[in-house]
Amino acid sequence: MFNISTQALFAQLLVGLINGSFYALLSLGLAVIFGMLNIINFAHGALYMMGAFCAYFLLNVLGINYWMALILAPLLIGFLGVVLERTMLQRLAGLDHLYGLLLTFGLALIIQGLFQNYFGSSGLPYAIPQQLTGGQNLGFMFLPNYRAWVVIFSLTICLATWFAIEKTKLGAYLRAATENPTLVRAFGVNVPRMITLTYGFGVGLAALAGVLSAPINQVRPLMGADLIIVVFAVVVIGGMGSIMGSIVTGFALGILEGLTKYFYPEASNTVVFVIMAIVLMVKPNGLFGRA
Amino acid sequence: MKTSVSTLALMAALALPGAAFAQDKNVKIGVLDDMSGLYADVGGQGSILAAQMAIEDSGMAAKGWKIDLISADHQNKPDVGVNLARQWADQEKVDGIFGVLTSSVALAVNGVAKEKNLVYMNSGAATSDLTNSACSPNTVHWTYDTYLLANGTGKAVVKSGGDSWFFLTADYAFGHALERDTTDVIKANNGKVLGSVRHPLNSADFSSFLLQAQASKAKIIGLANAGGDTTNAIKQASEFGITGSGQQLAALLLFYSDVHSLGLKMTQGLQFTETFYWDLNDGTRAFSKRFSDRMKNKNQPTMVQAGIYASIIHYMKALEANGSNPHDGVKMVEKMKSMPTDDALFGKGEIQPNGRKIHPGYLFEVKKPQESKYPGDYYKLIATIPANEAFTPLDKSACALVKK
Repeated sequence: MFNISTQALFAQLLVGLINGSFYALLSLGLAVIFGMLNIINFAHGALYMMGAFCAYFLLNVLGINYWMALILAPLLIGFLGVVLERTMLQRLAGLDHLYGLLLTFGLALIIQGLFQNYFGSSGLPYAIPQQLTGGQNLGFMFLPNYRAWVVIFSLTICLATWFAIEKTKLGAYLRAATENPTLVRAFGVNVPRMITLTYGFGVGLAALAGVLSAPINQVRPLMGADLIIVVFAVVVIGGMGSIMGSIVTGFALGILEGLTKYFYPEASNTVVFVIMAIVLMVKPNGLFGRA
Repeated sequence: MKTSVSTLALMAALALPGAAFAQDKNVKIGVLDDMSGLYADVGGQGSILAAQMAIEDSGMAAKGWKIDLISADHQNKPDVGVNLARQWADQEKVDGIFGVLTSSVALAVNGVAKEKNLVYMNSGAATSDLTNSACSPNTVHWTYDTYLLANGTGKAVVKSGGDSWFFLTADYAFGHALERDTTDVIKANNGKVLGSVRHPLNSADFSSFLLQAQASKAKIIGLANAGGDTTNAIKQASEFGITGSGQQLAALLLFYSDVHSLGLKMTQGLQFTETFYWDLNDGTRAFSKRFSDRMKNKNQPTMVQAGIYASIIHYMKALEANGSNPHDGVKMVEKMKSMPTDDALFGKGEIQPNGRKIHPGYLFEVKKPQESKYPGDYYKLIATIPANEAFTPLDKSACALVKK
């Protein structure tokens, strides 16, 4: 079982890193939304799926390519998020977490059901953009160019988001508004608008991950439902609402899962939850969470 | 006095169902399938439509029969499937269960059908155990099984030079059975299996498994999985340059809906075995035209959906020949076994004593994009496997119902 060659180990680490990119991007969106709005956004997986579908329709109906979709899909789906926040989630502000969870969970079921009704379960094909086809032979593995792009791009987005929230003035406003909205309002900051836009931004991140994943997986109505449970586990392990925590945990768990797929593939879809159980027993607030 | 009243009541109770028995022309059947998960395009709504069409086409209503159809989603979970089957038997009083994709669910429902004495005609599950070690006098296995897939695709691939294999296997009853049956065929044809990796059902990312397959240096990567798992594996194998580097994929179970979803560019050249293709002959074309016209997404039927149609047609013929519904699963299955089968979709055939429905299998190859002349024109027929060679030979069947 442990007679693994270094070549295979490197390959599995790299593959894990790629999957970790998706976990990180998605859990980052969840963490931003939870940290700033205190909403457990169960619709995140459905919105990720809509991002992928958006890319598909932009390409096949309007002829808009992948690169434009990377910008347009998050904007469109993010706008949808803004509408959701203004029309529904805002009414739940100040109530128990459970209400937001139930609302977003219901939304996710409705959205996925509608998509499944129209597009079936096997999904639609989305090709890898011309510029990123092919790959590099790294000696220990063949790395598709597209996968390399996914890692670099999502790492950049993650770090930029972390920087914006933790190190800029806007981020400081946001964090302050979470701590004490009344006081921040007194300084003349439009807190409700800031919260709406933050939700839109979190949703945009989900849609962005959706566009990134479209060329790798089939664009399927249930692609988000399959992923979201793992991503929630990532957020819980990282510490609910911790930005850096969700990024680091996302990548780390991707790698861990990749290694499990090599050593004991049967357990690869449960390993994340085993880790979650252990972390919750030892550090109930998550690895990076504040008590 | 007291005794005579109770005796009378007892007699009435005994006599009443007997009286109803003579002219009972009420039948209730249920389609139990994956309606929402990764196999929903293989079965799902199309399975229900196929069942409706079979009931309409059988013309039973005009002959005084009343056929009720119900359906449910087993979510690919054996426990859900078993609960639904029990509920159907106890409360809904169904006579027969049809469809049931997903081998793990199919095997579990197999037990319930026997316990409750229902007719159980499976179209969708692959495991050949249904007519071997797990065979039952209540069960007919209609469309295909892992023995056929192994002998169709497996044998063809080994004979054309693909003599070393590495399996990517879905980690449940179906994948295990398909890997086992294919391994037997490979070894019988002097090939060898270099290894296998078992992935969880419904995996999104196959890159790790594909890298292991690549490292094995096997000539053939056998995909012992289905539906969304197969499509993801095929797509990612192309991305990782596996198909371009001398290794070949063998999709041991590929459905029309998978090819439709992936597109010809991604699937061209793949060889696989099916027992039904919409464009096979005039009979299949006529049925498929009527079917796709009524499907919301205008899809052509898969072989699983075709099997549901054909199995219900045969069940209706047996009911008609019997004159009334005995509400007795074993009796009806015996009746069906005694009658030759004949329908427009699978041609002439029969049901063997172990419950295996036999008909020809077809080895197909996916066409190149430029060879496809009209929508849905995806397959090229490579070889026909005669009915008597397509399935487990009776003398090798592990089923206790087969007299040796």
